[in-house]
Amino acid sequence: MTRDNKTVPTEKGERQMMTFLEFEKPIAELEGKIRELRSFSHGRDFDIGSEVGQLEGKLGRLLKDTYANLTPWQKMQVARHPERPHFKDIVAHLTEDFTPLAGDRTFGEDEAVIGGLARFRGEACVIIGHEKGSDTESRIRHNFGMARPEGYRKAIRLMDMADRFGLPVITLVDTSGAYPGVGAEERGQAEAIARSTDKCLSLGVPLVTTIVGEGGSGGAVAIAAANTVLMFEHAIYSVISPEGCASILWRTNEKAKDAATALKITAQDLLTLGVIDKIVAEPLGGAHRDRERAMNMLGDAIEESLKSMAGMDGERLRRLRREKFLAMGAKGIN
Amino acid sequence: MSWLTNYVKPKLQRVLSSRETPDNLWHKCKACGQMIFQKDFEANQYVCGHCDHHDRVPPAGRFNALFDEGKFELMSLPRPVQDPLKFRDSKKYTDRMKAARADTGDDDAIKVASGTIGGTEAVVAVQNFYFMGGSMGMAVGDGIIAGARQALKLNAPFVMFTASGGARMQEGILSLMQMPRTTVALQMLREAGLPYIVVLTDPTTGGVSASYAMLGDIQLAEPGAMIAFSGPRVIEQTIREKLPEGFQRAEYLKDHGMVDRVVHRHALKDELATILKLVMGGQYRRRAAAE
Repeated sequence: MTRDNKTVPTEKGERQMMTFLEFEKPIAELEGKIRELRSFSHGRDFDIGSEVGQLEGKLGRLLKDTYANLTPWQKMQVARHPERPHFKDIVAHLTEDFTPLAGDRTFGEDEAVIGGLARFRGEACVIIGHEKGSDTESRIRHNFGMARPEGYRKAIRLMDMADRFGLPVITLVDTSGAYPGVGAEERGQAEAIARSTDKCLSLGVPLVTTIVGEGGSGGAVAIAAANTVLMFEHAIYSVISPEGCASILWRTNEKAKDAATALKITAQDLLTLGVIDKIVAEPLGGAHRDRERAMNMLGDAIEESLKSMAGMDGERLRRLRREKFLAMGAKGIN
Repeated sequence: MSWLTNYVKPKLQRVLSSRETPDNLWHKCKACGQMIFQKDFEANQYVCGHCDHHDRVPPAGRFNALFDEGKFELMSLPRPVQDPLKFRDSKKYTDRMKAARADTGDDDAIKVASGTIGGTEAVVAVQNFYFMGGSMGMAVGDGIIAGARQALKLNAPFVMFTASGGARMQEGILSLMQMPRTTVALQMLREAGLPYIVVLTDPTTGGVSASYAMLGDIQLAEPGAMIAFSGPRVIEQTIREKLPEGFQRAEYLKDHGMVDRVVHRHALKDELATILKLVMGGQYRRRAAAE
């Protein structure tokens, strides 16, 4: 993926990092022009309001056009955007009293998956999700969001606890996949994922999942077998990465764009297939352009889903969840 | 390309490359390279008589070897939506399916049958690696669900022979969804107090290993079977190190606590018969909900 890292001066003269994706170049140029005009006129006596207004209108139209017509491959780039809200941002923004709980009580602590107690819009809950990290140091600490068995076993432990104490569970999915390593295999990566999926499906409390960025294969589904599966408008959810699929089926990485299209990884396709329940709209130009608004919209969708399950008993929640998955796949894409 | 492939006309090539013996008369062992009479090989349950290598077994071979007197009843399985994504890579998915169906004579990569094993009635599902690498799509998921439901109906244990490279990419996310779907089926068995026994055979990897293959009450494996979540090549590319000896083989998994027993194929039927008798014979066993 090609990205241009540019340090862009903002209106107030602060410097702010913005990452532009390849297809966002015209948008970046226009934004640069507007900024330039503003800083040029700053403190001077002539009026450029109308020109800036015109350009801003153009920018809005350009953003809308670009983002309404993203290809699956472009969506994948947006889903992997480093400034997209991550687990920690979302928890900080949407919950109070977040109390992270560590460890799988068997082997270790895996920070690729974070989980704990929290209060979401007034309700006590357990919240669990992948964290990719936001700079080099934290990315390494969180292993780029690629969990080892300990991460999934911690998730199982926390879901168990939620079940015992009647706390609803919110999970946030953002991983390119479970970690492929010698230790992870030796300690039962496959078994840990299987048990975590199993736990999701046996919970007697509501489970709401959101595919926030990347939903990569088994490493994602392990915490996503939920009553409600929400998905951000530009997130992706796939059985294999387009790159991986291309190298297996086409025998070349260069066909990754074709694979992205063929695999049907976008929220819009997955809604048609009945794999997800609802798309959470993102602000114009993607969640990374207005993180706060994106997170608020996500919070509203989660709250709505939890409210729809209020008062249901465990047996019913379990039954509805299982019936939903059993019925899945009855329709294809035309 | 050699001058031969460049120069010789296709028709001529076919004549040149056609062998005098039919394809299926001899089998060459993948491990030791010895030639074995195909008939002997099959009679030996696809185990090499020279080096004991356990080769892959198609479903019919499993059923014949496993059920008492080779008698069993094949289940007719549901036929899911075909090619739900209209998938096309270098070939169309529907063409790949046609070829696999022609090659194997089967509808998809799983078969389910019921019968008795050492006198105990059981439902047995077998994945067919020779059908698109045993890959798990809607049909395989539906087959497992149907098998589990049949076990519930018969109040019998469910035995699963896994053999699969993982999810069927051509069915995209729907193949991924077979992980939770099959798990639901296993939960139904668990709640009815019915045993679910897994026999891991070569290979069991990816999304299959990360769902129903690892959720058995008892986990058996065949000698030398490759059992993994991530394949060795992916891991090598990630960590750029040589992998340990015997990594991700059945014996290695047993040493690491992921498998109960590694069982030679010739002993498998007796072993399963004993296990089924014991596990179904508990004096405090609860009665089936259906009764």
